Amino acid sequence: MPYDLQTWIKVAAFAGGGLAMGFGAIGAAIGEGYTAAQANSALARNPGSVGTIFKSMLVGQAIAESASIFALVIAMILLFSNFTATSYVTVAGLLGAGLSIGFGAIGSGVGSGFPAGAACIGMGRQPAMSGRLTTNMLIGSAVCQTPSIFALVTSFILIFSDFSKVPVNPAWAALLGAGFASGLGAIGSGIGGGVVAEASCEGIARHPASVRQVTNIMLLGQAITQTPAILGLLVSFILIFKKFTATDAIAPGMALLSAGLCMGIGAIGPGLGEGIASSGGVRWIARNPAFTGTLTRTMLVGMAVAESTAIYSMVIALVLVFVV
Amino acid sequence: MAIEGADLVKAAAYLGAGISMGLGAIGPGVGEGMAAAKACEAIGRNPQEAGLLTRTMLVGQAVSESTGIYSLVIALLLLFVV
Repeated sequence: MPYDLQTWIKVAAFAGGGLAMGFGAIGAAIGEGYTAAQANSALARNPGSVGTIFKSMLVGQAIAESASIFALVIAMILLFSNFTATSYVTVAGLLGAGLSIGFGAIGSGVGSGFPAGAACIGMGRQPAMSGRLTTNMLIGSAVCQTPSIFALVTSFILIFSDFSKVPVNPAWAALLGAGFASGLGAIGSGIGGGVVAEASCEGIARHPASVRQVTNIMLLGQAITQTPAILGLLVSFILIFKKFTATDAIAPGMALLSAGLCMGIGAIGPGLGEGIASSGGVRWIARNPAFTGTLTRTMLVGMAVAESTAIYSMVIALVLVFVV
Repeated sequence: MAIEGADLVKAAAYLGAGISMGLGAIGPGVGEGMAAAKACEAIGRNPQEAGLLTRTMLVGQAVSESTGIYSLVIALLLLFVV
């Protein structure tokens, strides 16, 4: 039984909205739960600091929540907009938009919970450093949100662009691939950025004198940890904005979908790994600030090596888009 | 629209290449990150041996990289040879 275009658009919008909010709820819930667990642990050790610890837990959880609020916004837009499309490409665009923010919110949600938890523990241990810990937590958590913002941008472009002129056959796969590249690519960098910020909050509480070096190196580490998500965003932009020639064959479309999956999945490991590498560097700079230079050098070399497989994934994705 | 056999085979090869490189990149990324984190820990404890520790870290990471390179080779084979 054939269905008309408008029916398929509704199907894609509702399915996309469900995917966006379903996947998008995973990360924030885990991150906030972790923060609450750490806050309880800190309160058990130091019940006197209940005011600062409780406040810091709530602020940290609010930031972790933002990733899933992005997913909620996209889900609402998909559920309640009237899409008047003239092409079947929009079906793939709406599904891709839901996948992008759904996967993209996982990493940032989990990641933002780590610095908030470490800040709560630190305030229990070192109440005098509460102000500095809050600042550091806010900076660290804010940087953790950037991968989910990349995914949000991709979702908005996929929802609001006009795809009526592009050829249906390869373009449907390109738009789904763009959703996967941007969404899956944000998972590793989101969690990795959180691991770095957690190490820095822990380090400041342990050794307050090292605060300047620790915050600087945390920002450096987090910035490099974002690169896999940026590669994912780059590949998804190429997939959205490149001009394709119409075809009847299935292989060109599969190449584009595969490019998106390759970059998206391939960015998870390096993002996470760079975060772990950088967290080791930041943690030990806090304990041994005299050797900041030596530690930063080894940390950067280690992160560069961890980045390599993300670069391989990008190369294969670009070959799939431009060569085969 | 009938899908031809050769077209379907090409499509599967492209999809396989992407999945091979994508999944294959996860392990080395995480593993190399752990190696680097532990190297930083070791240098923090014993900064005099920074050179030796960085060298050992790089050798360990190179070994950990190997499965990523296998994935890359398989992806390139799927794209250009089979």
